[in-house]
Amino acid sequence: MTPDKQPWLRRLIVRLIEPPNLETLAPLPRIATYAALIAWSLIVLMPLYWVVITSFKVPVDVDTGPYYLPFIDFQPSLDAWHYIFVDLGNDTLRPYFNSVVVALASTTLAILIGSLAAYALVRIRFKVMLASILVFIGLLVCVIVAVAYVHLAWQLAVAVAGALFLLFLGTLSRRFRAGVGNSDIEFWIISNRIMPPVVAVLPIYIMFQQLHLLDTHVALIATYTAVNLPIVVWLTRDFFAGVPIDLEESAEMDGASKFRVFFTIALPLVRSGLVATFMLVLILAWNEYLLALFLSNANAQTMPLLVSAQNGTRGPQWWYMSVLIVIMVAPVVVIAIFLQKHIARGLLIGAVKG
Amino acid sequence: MTIAVDTKSSAVTSAGFGEWLDRQSGRIMVLPAVLLILSFAVFPLIISAYLSVSRFALAPGGYRLTFVGFFNFDRLLFGAQQYHFVGTFKPFSPIGWIALVAVLAGLLFWFARYVLSGQATILGFVGRLISASVAVAVVLAMLATVFAGGFPGSFVTTLFYVVAGVLVQFLLGLGLALLCAQPIRARNWFRVIFFIPLTVTPVGIAYTFRMLADMQKGPFAPVSGWFGLGEWSWATQPWSARAIILLGDTWQWTPFMFIVLLAAIENQSRDQIEAARLDGAGGLQIFRDVTWPAIAPIAATIVLIRLIEAFKIIDLPNVLTNGGPGLATESMTLHAFIAWRTQDLGGSAAIGYILLFISTVTCVSFFNYVVRRARRYQQ
Repeated sequence: MTPDKQPWLRRLIVRLIEPPNLETLAPLPRIATYAALIAWSLIVLMPLYWVVITSFKVPVDVDTGPYYLPFIDFQPSLDAWHYIFVDLGNDTLRPYFNSVVVALASTTLAILIGSLAAYALVRIRFKVMLASILVFIGLLVCVIVAVAYVHLAWQLAVAVAGALFLLFLGTLSRRFRAGVGNSDIEFWIISNRIMPPVVAVLPIYIMFQQLHLLDTHVALIATYTAVNLPIVVWLTRDFFAGVPIDLEESAEMDGASKFRVFFTIALPLVRSGLVATFMLVLILAWNEYLLALFLSNANAQTMPLLVSAQNGTRGPQWWYMSVLIVIMVAPVVVIAIFLQKHIARGLLIGAVKG
Repeated sequence: MTIAVDTKSSAVTSAGFGEWLDRQSGRIMVLPAVLLILSFAVFPLIISAYLSVSRFALAPGGYRLTFVGFFNFDRLLFGAQQYHFVGTFKPFSPIGWIALVAVLAGLLFWFARYVLSGQATILGFVGRLISASVAVAVVLAMLATVFAGGFPGSFVTTLFYVVAGVLVQFLLGLGLALLCAQPIRARNWFRVIFFIPLTVTPVGIAYTFRMLADMQKGPFAPVSGWFGLGEWSWATQPWSARAIILLGDTWQWTPFMFIVLLAAIENQSRDQIEAARLDGAGGLQIFRDVTWPAIAPIAATIVLIRLIEAFKIIDLPNVLTNGGPGLATESMTLHAFIAWRTQDLGGSAAIGYILLFISTVTCVSFFNYVVRRARRYQQ
């Protein structure tokens, strides 16, 4: 064939793969793009769909092979839902209530404490004496050794160490000049996220055991707050740094206190960022597993534990489990769908500044 | 902890309580955060260090801790627990030797280039020495267990989850973000759908994937029956069990990469891309020369975040496979949990400390050699 006999073929190929203008895609790439995106959507939705329909199956429908379509393949029933909500009643609702209380309380606390700290770190210059940090850690080690080896009462040890530390602050600390600045404090707080929780969870367990707080809401709320604090500081720091300082300065001129400025001016200005941070931390707290595994038992059991405990002696009962997964996942998924854009933007700001 | 606040007015006026409070407000704002981290991170770390060098035993009227030095670490890395933690070794194959020599040569070259660059500092050299020795240890462990046909322990398995998981999730997330950034319809729908897995609890994902992977009653039963795999169970083979955990992890965490990368791609200026396209640049060229430099710092940062979180994996292995078959899917955190349940507190703390060490070295190295460089690349 000579080249001039196939111009139509070449024209067709060109039309198929070359975009007509900048704002649209040529047919072939467009089909490929949609195919890939739809394929991934199916991968994402398939497991969720399977859980939802399994929750409406009776045991026979699960055991006799895969059925895919309700009303056509199998007759949906509310048996599993009835069992979980009515027959088990409180055994389901109590963990659910625990999860709601722990997640909401710890997230609120983490946002409050974290954003206060982040704001102060952005707006006020700190200088922490290196010497006092070293003395503090030295005293802490002394207290632990004294309690563990000499069997001193821990209240006494803490009181003595506290007095020594205050004495040091009042007298010797002025002699040392070396200090650490704001970025070091920030880095110290944020770097705590690198620490795997399993390193810290044993001592935390022992601590709460000594305080007789194991298996209570307080223990979980305090621990979750501490674990999620670095994320809050990391994200909100950048939100506050983006707020113009003029407004705050003029308010301070008028005699408003730092707290007043924080709560009435700075916080409202970073509202949308705070919402994103709140949702992110809430999701993390809602899904937390390891810490709850160590720190809670029957009373403060949270939903992830209830779900994971379903692997009973009679083998997993998928229909009940699916109901639990659905009621656990549904609220966060709904929230996430509405706030997806905010969360994405919040994460982006965090990742830009790092 | 003394916090000296720089106040502009040094003149001491009548010191009312309100004024004192206002001058201390900086300290008061930071104090709760510092106290929380002290009591839930610094204090536990010190206690853990103490536990990791002792042996815990129940005794009449409570428990007894005896100081045993580095016995717990020694047992995990070289002693009776080595098979569980690092793995069972087999002699290297020729390919293993070649790989080892290649890695060593690469590291030597890296050091030579650093020393000859003229900007070497002692601190930088020591830091690189630590990174390099951890890298060599990891490569040795991997070669002696996985590639030589031995059985990997929880340490090697965790590293496999981290490296393979983060890599796959990043590539998938980047690909999806690039596709979604094309001028297409329904982009917001895709974005919302793709975001969902991030919010699903890992425990739920574990059970869901167990259901999906059921070859007789799961949704893919007809497919597996067609391939003659109806009787086969993925949970009986080490590598298929690890693969299913990796699959669950990828399903959950690809969205994280996706949403941040998509936001970054949409954030870059359209002018540059349009100019490049008018100059006749192809899609690949635009990605390499325009898009990638713009998003590289963000990409590096989110990989770092994901690395930090990936080391902590426990829910999926614990619920999906219970660490089995054998020890095949056990992660370090799960190993520490099992040690704790069997009253081996010292061993548990030692595993925790090794995990802390490895993840810190990895993340700091990644930050120094990749994230910093990516940020410089942008300017």
